[in-house]
Amino acid sequence: MTNTLHRYGLAQSFRDDYIIFAIPSRGINDEGCIPKLKEFLRICIKHDPANIGNGNRGSLAPEKNLGPAAHWERKDSYEWEEVIEGVEKPGTVSAVFTSEESAAACFRDIVAADLGLSVNISTSVENAKQVGKSCGINRHSVEYALALNDPHDHLPNSQILALSTMCGHGMVSFNMARKMMDMVREGRRTPEQAVATLTRFCPCGIYNPERARRLLEEARKEQK
Amino acid sequence: MIINQKKCVACGNCIPVCPMGAIYVDTGKNRAQINDDACVECGTCYRAMSTENLNPVLVRMVRKAARWFRFRFEPEPDVCPTGSFEMNDLEMPRLIRQIFSDPVVEHTSTGIKGRGTEEVKTNDVNLRVDTGEVGYTIEFGRPGVGVRFRDIQLMTRTLAKNGIKFEKKNPITLLMTDESRGDLPEDILNEKILSAIVEIRTTLEEVEKVLKLVHKVNLQIDTVIAIGISTRCDTNGEDNLLAPLLENLGYPFSRAKTNMGLGRITNKIEVKDNMKSTL
Repeated sequence: MTNTLHRYGLAQSFRDDYIIFAIPSRGINDEGCIPKLKEFLRICIKHDPANIGNGNRGSLAPEKNLGPAAHWERKDSYEWEEVIEGVEKPGTVSAVFTSEESAAACFRDIVAADLGLSVNISTSVENAKQVGKSCGINRHSVEYALALNDPHDHLPNSQILALSTMCGHGMVSFNMARKMMDMVREGRRTPEQAVATLTRFCPCGIYNPERARRLLEEARKEQK
Repeated sequence: MIINQKKCVACGNCIPVCPMGAIYVDTGKNRAQINDDACVECGTCYRAMSTENLNPVLVRMVRKAARWFRFRFEPEPDVCPTGSFEMNDLEMPRLIRQIFSDPVVEHTSTGIKGRGTEEVKTNDVNLRVDTGEVGYTIEFGRPGVGVRFRDIQLMTRTLAKNGIKFEKKNPITLLMTDESRGDLPEDILNEKILSAIVEIRTTLEEVEKVLKLVHKVNLQIDTVIAIGISTRCDTNGEDNLLAPLLENLGYPFSRAKTNMGLGRITNKIEVKDNMKSTL
């Protein structure tokens, strides 16, 4: 589970959005896969990811026992070890990178580790090709995202869509994305604070905080 | 999902959190409520909101005083101050909402979380879609709209009527009471879920027909549809068939999920001969 396919944006908008994920297949290569999934994540954290996830939690998770002082001191540090230790069952593990260089370096190490798991890269078509080429790996299969079909006009504007669809399971609601964008525009939250709030809603850890920060900054600049 | 009425302080923080817009504050009761028909049991409010577990009586008093002085609250937007959300035990047919909407809940039929299918993510070891074939993931309801099984059935029946076969290891296919007709169980038809994926496979020649069909049925279904369309690349890692075809047909795409072919069969299983030749 990651569902990164239908992130909203043009190819240029994915210049800082590379998701690499590993997935075992039931009955094919899931036996004894837990150490391999952990190894995959350990390789990823060596290459400065923006986020990682294990299907149950991302590296910036909700906090369930806050005290009143938390309103001034929210935790915004990303916890890699908690995610890695939290891999308990076969499933998808993932890491988000913000440059081709870091994604390619990570992918090179993954190839060398020869884990035997299916590994996918979710980004623009060309970005993925380039990462593969730089490591001497040919693509096996490709799934293209066709444009969202919305004949009944349900969807919000492109900025809200871009922020919201970075949680592919739809856990970042349009209203929450809009609220965070408004709070940034009104100067009630910094883009970093707004991004931390949005990132906590994505349980798979595939939300890209760097891309979200850029989108919020762009929205703030637009109004000037 | 339940909001504990003894704990809720009607702060309204949870209202924008809900992907379906199912939470509102009842001003008469001065408590947040859930519209059960709109709620898809995705668990976002319960799981993703941080909590403070403050004393509700104290919080209500502070809020009342601040309101009297016209003070503007500036709380953390993702915090429930009193931990009011509670997950209740669900039974079928309502349970199906949670299975299809909560990404951390496993689909019982396939054992996979999220939307419950491996799609082409494991095509390097499963070969669901070979070179020259086309796989489709037709996803209903996402982002942010939701869908009822009745509407999904309209699509599956139309596809079945046109002779299109469904992917076997998919939660919607496994729910079908009659795969040849695309029928879903009667008792779940009115249940609303956050999203679901119907998976099919065709030849390249059928792509135009299928995409037109999906768009046509979508006009009758009051939701959003996202289509993923996949194929296996050639030995050089190129796709010289599907991508040019989509461009010719006027279907733009910029993003893709790319299987890099690193998977291997490592379980101790007997592999069928025809599988060996294609992997």
